[in-house]
Amino acid sequence: MRRVRDGLPLLPFFAVVVVFLIIPTVTVVVSSVYVDGVFSLERVAALFTGTALSALLNSVLLSASTALLGALLGAVMAWLIVSSPPTSMVRRTVLSLCSVLAQFGGVALAFAFLATVGLNGVLTLWIQQATGWNLAGSGWLYGLGGLILVYTYFQIPLMVIVFIPALEGLREQWREAAVSLGASTWAYWREVAIPLLTPAFLGSVLLLFANAFAAYATAAALVSQGSPILPLLIRASLVSEVVLGQSGFAYALALEMIVVVAIVMAAYNLLVRRSARWLA
Amino acid sequence: MTGVAVELTELTRLYGPTRALDGLTLHMQPGELVALLGPSGCGKTTALRILAGLDEATSGTVSVDGVDVSTMPANKRDMGMVFQAYSLFPHLTVLDNVAFGLKMRGKAKGDRLSRAAEMLELVGLGALGGRYAKELSGGQQQRVALARALAIQPRVLLLDEPLSALDAKVRTQLRDEIRRVQLEVGTTTLFVTHDQEEALAVADRVGVMNKGRLEQLAAPAELYAHPATPFVADFVGLNNKVPAQVSGGRAALLGLTVPALSGSVDGAGLAMVRPESVTVAADPTGSAKVTSVSFLGAISRVIVTAADGSVVTAQMASSAARVFSPGDAVTVGVDAEGVLVSPA
Amino acid sequence: MISARSVVRGALWVLFGLFFCFPLYAMADFSTRNLLAGGRTGQAWANLVTDEALYQAILVSLSLAVLTVVAMLILLVPTMIWVRLRAPWAKGAVEFLCLLPLTIPALVIVVGLRNVYLWVTYLLGESALTLTFVYVVVVLPFSYRAIDAALSSIDLQTLAEAARSLGAGWATTITRVVVPNIWSGVLSAAFISIAVVLGEFTIASLSGYETLQVQIVLIGKSDGPTSVAASLATLLFGFALLLILSLLTRGRRQQTGVTL
Repeated sequence: MRRVRDGLPLLPFFAVVVVFLIIPTVTVVVSSVYVDGVFSLERVAALFTGTALSALLNSVLLSASTALLGALLGAVMAWLIVSSPPTSMVRRTVLSLCSVLAQFGGVALAFAFLATVGLNGVLTLWIQQATGWNLAGSGWLYGLGGLILVYTYFQIPLMVIVFIPALEGLREQWREAAVSLGASTWAYWREVAIPLLTPAFLGSVLLLFANAFAAYATAAALVSQGSPILPLLIRASLVSEVVLGQSGFAYALALEMIVVVAIVMAAYNLLVRRSARWLA
Repeated sequence: MTGVAVELTELTRLYGPTRALDGLTLHMQPGELVALLGPSGCGKTTALRILAGLDEATSGTVSVDGVDVSTMPANKRDMGMVFQAYSLFPHLTVLDNVAFGLKMRGKAKGDRLSRAAEMLELVGLGALGGRYAKELSGGQQQRVALARALAIQPRVLLLDEPLSALDAKVRTQLRDEIRRVQLEVGTTTLFVTHDQEEALAVADRVGVMNKGRLEQLAAPAELYAHPATPFVADFVGLNNKVPAQVSGGRAALLGLTVPALSGSVDGAGLAMVRPESVTVAADPTGSAKVTSVSFLGAISRVIVTAADGSVVTAQMASSAARVFSPGDAVTVGVDAEGVLVSPA
Repeated sequence: MISARSVVRGALWVLFGLFFCFPLYAMADFSTRNLLAGGRTGQAWANLVTDEALYQAILVSLSLAVLTVVAMLILLVPTMIWVRLRAPWAKGAVEFLCLLPLTIPALVIVVGLRNVYLWVTYLLGESALTLTFVYVVVVLPFSYRAIDAALSSIDLQTLAEAARSLGAGWATTITRVVVPNIWSGVLSAAFISIAVVLGEFTIASLSGYETLQVQIVLIGKSDGPTSVAASLATLLFGFALLLILSLLTRGRRQQTGVTL
């Protein structure tokens, strides 16, 4: 009884979360397997055919490649930042910039690249004036290649933000102890630093994968026709139900997305916990 | 295994305008344990790190066993180091931690693990080889760190405030442990600490440092009885500072005169008197008064105010202190070979 | 003394700097280009206030940001305080729900949101401001973390008991005693939420509302420079917000340079 009374003030919070988060999610799951009130797996089955399957594969390819690229380059950049003398202004500025680019950039980043390597982009025009070659001619910016480039632009800052705590967790004493015991720089990295950073690094790769897989805004702003990747296919099936000949296909697509992201995030959480044991 | 001689000559370390080390010269005998004692910022850790190769001196030389190693990189110096805390590799077991230095030297797996096990036995932790650092107490972690440093049979053992992060009781146990192991292995050892009791308890010789300089280097008893400077007298052991007048090599204080030790000023000054050198005798005609009595277990401290207003602390066995109560009239005296009088 | 190490570091900084700053420079250049006569013009930037549709969209987004922050604070701060003081058994559930939006993509939420929003528009009308409810959920993870860190750094129990024993009611305790002490966490949550709301596109566009980002994309089809100007403005604004925030909440974490 006491619990109920103490729990009452929490109702508004739970209400908002349930109505605007849980119910939509449940709707997606339920509606993808209940067609017109009847349990049916046809929508789910359709996920593995034709356009849907190639969109899934493209999304996986895009997410995996930008995750790896972003993780490697981001780790290097994180090391650069962390090993600089702690001049607060530079560090604060760079970290704020990383936050903005990583998390709030979406549409803006699409236009940033349009302004750089689009048809009338600054870089395109410069190269055209210098060599006569039209950099943007093939329209590659609006396809998978372009998406990989643009996504990397926000994956690297995200990696920086997520990986810096792990780098900062590498205590100076470990390096000095290793050195005093006879380790060369390479031996220290091989035997101490890399093993300690690996769980954090792998976890970050997973996080970047999930981030790219679920990203919508940038792709939507860049690609106005066609649906090469899963999020854009969802847009297509929401906006024009006729395209796929099946109403409510969006539910199945959304289910697919949530399953992939959930699995990746679960693995990420496991790795983060292991890393925190050593480096917190 | 016998130790080697270590010589730090005229070491200077500048950080911009700050002199962290100011011409430090220290020659260590083979197998000796020298403690570097001083307040934080005095340069003792800087000296140790320069010896280890983790820091570079602005000028001066470091030589080990007659060879100049000033420019030798840290990982080639063959020195074992124990840090203040958190230096065990968290992803390796205790045994693998201890074997690490041997792995760096290319020893075969079987050899290095058996030697590591041997070292763990030496520090009394033979059964904990399979554990990880996080599962051990602070004292245990430092023992493992010691085993790890000794496993490589270093020419010099360096201890950077190894006990500072531990509880008081563990500290006393572990410092005796460290000394026992050091004597058994015979390695020349440099032990840095800010705790004067620790330094006096474990060292063959103690070097007291202040502001980058070595103020005195002597055996513990010598340091205690004959401090060379006011700083040393103040830093090592408790001291009363009593107004005194020096003339003709004798100091007049508390109504009596004692010889003034060399280094004393002439004229008015403050005499350094150890509490255990102050005598208190019950005397109805005495000009001094007992202010308070503190019971500390085996010893007690009796605080007395002299006729001229100066306050003196006397230390004696509790059995002797039992007769005194606040307000008693007493006579104070000084039972020492002499006192060092410093400028007022 | 220039070592090989510093040369490598310098080169890397330059490369990264170029990669990240060039597109931003390109945006500035592109948005100020006079396409007809050559040279510079501020027309695209002027459009931010003169173009009616864009201007309205900016107002809508700013209002949404403010509403979301207010709603989030009113919802989250009392809840988190209550959980710590009176309902610790709910901590796991609250934390899980607050971090859940990190795992459920906005895209999924908007697909499943249709039915819910039929009700919302029925009850509250067609205004884009109804997005506030969904946005509160979207900003939960960032806000929760910021406020949780701030609450952990004070002795909430003692503060609350002291206030209550002196006669303060719950509302007073929360607003006049607790909040001033977790101010950095509150500011953090607010600023980050503003940046998120201003940059949000997925849910707004697929629900058919015209917020700033939606408008930018619409305009982009016909007027490149203006949409680039608006995008750059969004980025700069977000950057300024976070920079101010980091200056206001001076390094709680010990920041040391690491030698690797």
